[in-house]
Amino acid sequence: MIEGIGVFDVLVVSTAMFFIGIYGFLVRKNLITILMSVELVLNAVVINFVIFNKYLYPEMLQGYMFGLFAIGIAAAEAAVAIAIILNVFRRMKGIDVEHVDTMKY
Amino acid sequence: MHTELFSNTIWILVVLFFAFVIVGLFGNRLKPMLSGAISTAAILFAAVISYTTAYFYFFEQGMIDGKYAMLIPFEHEWLRFADTLIINMGIMIDPISVMMLVVVTTVSSMVHIYSFGYMKGEKGFERYYAFLSLFSFSMLGLVMSTNLFQMYIFWELVGVSSYLLIGFYYQKPSAVAASKKAFIVTRFADLGFLIGILLLSYYTRTFDFATLLGPDSTAISSMTGLSFMGISTITWVMVLIFMGGAGKSAMFPLHIWLPDAMEGPTPVSALIHAATMVVAGVFLVARLFGIYIGAPDALAVIAFIGAFTSLFAAIIAVTQNDIKRVLAFSTISQIGYMMLALGVSGYGGEEGLGFMASMFHLFTHAMFKALLFLGAGAVIHAVHSNYMSEMGSLRKYLPITHITFLIAALAISGIPPFAGFFSKDEILVAAWANNQLYFWTEWFVAGLTAFYMFRLYFSVFCGENRNYEKKPHEAPVSMLIALVYLAIASAVVGFIPFSQLVTSDGIPFDIHFHWNIALPSIGIALVGIGIAAWMYLKPGTAADKMAASMPGLYKLSLNKFYIDEVWLWITHKIIFKGISTPIAWFDKHVVDGSMNGIAWVTQRVSEKSKGLQSGQLQQYGYAMVLGAVAFVLLLLYWGAR
Repeated sequence: MIEGIGVFDVLVVSTAMFFIGIYGFLVRKNLITILMSVELVLNAVVINFVIFNKYLYPEMLQGYMFGLFAIGIAAAEAAVAIAIILNVFRRMKGIDVEHVDTMKY
Repeated sequence: MHTELFSNTIWILVVLFFAFVIVGLFGNRLKPMLSGAISTAAILFAAVISYTTAYFYFFEQGMIDGKYAMLIPFEHEWLRFADTLIINMGIMIDPISVMMLVVVTTVSSMVHIYSFGYMKGEKGFERYYAFLSLFSFSMLGLVMSTNLFQMYIFWELVGVSSYLLIGFYYQKPSAVAASKKAFIVTRFADLGFLIGILLLSYYTRTFDFATLLGPDSTAISSMTGLSFMGISTITWVMVLIFMGGAGKSAMFPLHIWLPDAMEGPTPVSALIHAATMVVAGVFLVARLFGIYIGAPDALAVIAFIGAFTSLFAAIIAVTQNDIKRVLAFSTISQIGYMMLALGVSGYGGEEGLGFMASMFHLFTHAMFKALLFLGAGAVIHAVHSNYMSEMGSLRKYLPITHITFLIAALAISGIPPFAGFFSKDEILVAAWANNQLYFWTEWFVAGLTAFYMFRLYFSVFCGENRNYEKKPHEAPVSMLIALVYLAIASAVVGFIPFSQLVTSDGIPFDIHFHWNIALPSIGIALVGIGIAAWMYLKPGTAADKMAASMPGLYKLSLNKFYIDEVWLWITHKIIFKGISTPIAWFDKHVVDGSMNGIAWVTQRVSEKSKGLQSGQLQQYGYAMVLGAVAFVLLLLYWGAR
């Protein structure tokens, strides 16, 4: 553990990141920004994995590995999401999330 | 060892069933004559097996310890619902089933051959033969059933083939109506039969005839002491089963379908509605006679209905003008004789004389009544009319038909030495021993029978010379073969020593000839013939005068005592108005209404709530987050407690 920084401090950061992500997801209208917010949420979770692993089971590696795994998944997911956003842009002539509603009832 | 000998009887059913399937499925691709030939070959094959079976059963192998045994050469487990509820399919060989094999295959073969001539050139020739094969299959399956349930299945199959054949001319509205009437009336009666079967098997825990009728049967003892509405249970059960038999055998008041069934082709009337299917009810009572004997009240009901029906139908037959309807009512009357004989019979030895007489009459009646119908068919074929008023002096044109018809008419009137005399005489003896009122009723009916039969005979074959537009021609050879064969049968089957072969308990006994019964019955038959000759031989006004002298009775009889109208009134005013209309209302407004209500509510709710599915991603997001928060709060709350 880095000197002077405790578990609590890190958790404050990750919680802040998580709720900033949620907030962004709910209020931003641009799909790219929504995607970025989702990434914030994901990364908050990854931080939690790492810090709890370090703090609770310092001799084990599962938390790190899972964090790496989540990062990999997030990368792939971002690629897919951007591909979808590109298609949405072509179809809707824009990426405002409020206009993407053709699948409603 | 005895049973294996008769295992070839299974081929009767197999061959007839395949004849039905082949002719029914591929008949329209075969030449009509070929499909007829397939069916005829199948029934002739069945007849050969039946005759040999009868020979071996009665004269070689059937007698075990001085008693004709009940053999089961083939039985297979068909349905096993539970260890106590198993339904088998099999074949039973005993005196009455062997006798019925002979009756059914004889008449059916003759009808098959006869139909080559009668149905020649008809549209649907192959369909006709397919149905005939189906009928023969089901009827033979019925008589050889090993248990009540199998019998019930074949019983319904027989009803279906009867329905199909009555409605053979399906473009004729009256034929369609008649077929529906026959089906519905017999179905209604079969409801009683079904309830009876269920009750009987509920108490006895079995369907098998071998168990029900065997020496250690519990059929009667299982129901002793039980009663329902003041009448013992066994009487209820046996009367309900008899209701099924009464429907099939056209007993009053369920007889109304039989006269209408004459809409079918005449050979069908001969086969189904004279000789075989309509005696299924008699056969049913005879089959379960070992149980009926424990229900004397049910037997009394049977005797009364039989006697009443025979009188009632004979009175109607006197005034009918349609040649086939006279024969139809005559059939009802004769089946009444058979039922009466069963009803007055006891069990075992000479006590079982009525049983023997009933079976004997069934046998002889099948021969001469089939012959009468086939003869009537030949007449209709020649004259192209059903009405006696358009016939007369046909003796010259149809010599062979005339002779055979005369033999049959003498046989049914009970003139010795033709077949009907012997069997009717035994019935009268049995009735005399039981109740003299029954004897005098049947004695009078014998006179009526002779009268209406010779009324028919004289007005069709004798009388003044008529000028026919087209000269009537004698029937083709195929029809004559059947007529002559059955005429010979009608003349000689009376000499079969039935009491040595078919008895209630399987033990042969000797009958004594009763001159004091036979002479009055011959006497009244001759009186009947004499009156018929006086009224109809010479064209005159005697018949009209007679009718005018009792206008009420004449009108009642001509209109069949308005029984059809009574049934119509019951169905229309009581059943349709009182029961069916409220049920229809309940169905439409309550059953359908509740379902429609649920559908309506669902539709409205979904219409209102579909706005939630807005397509706005972030609304969903809000909902999800709020839900998650609520869930967490809830968990915290529960966790804190």
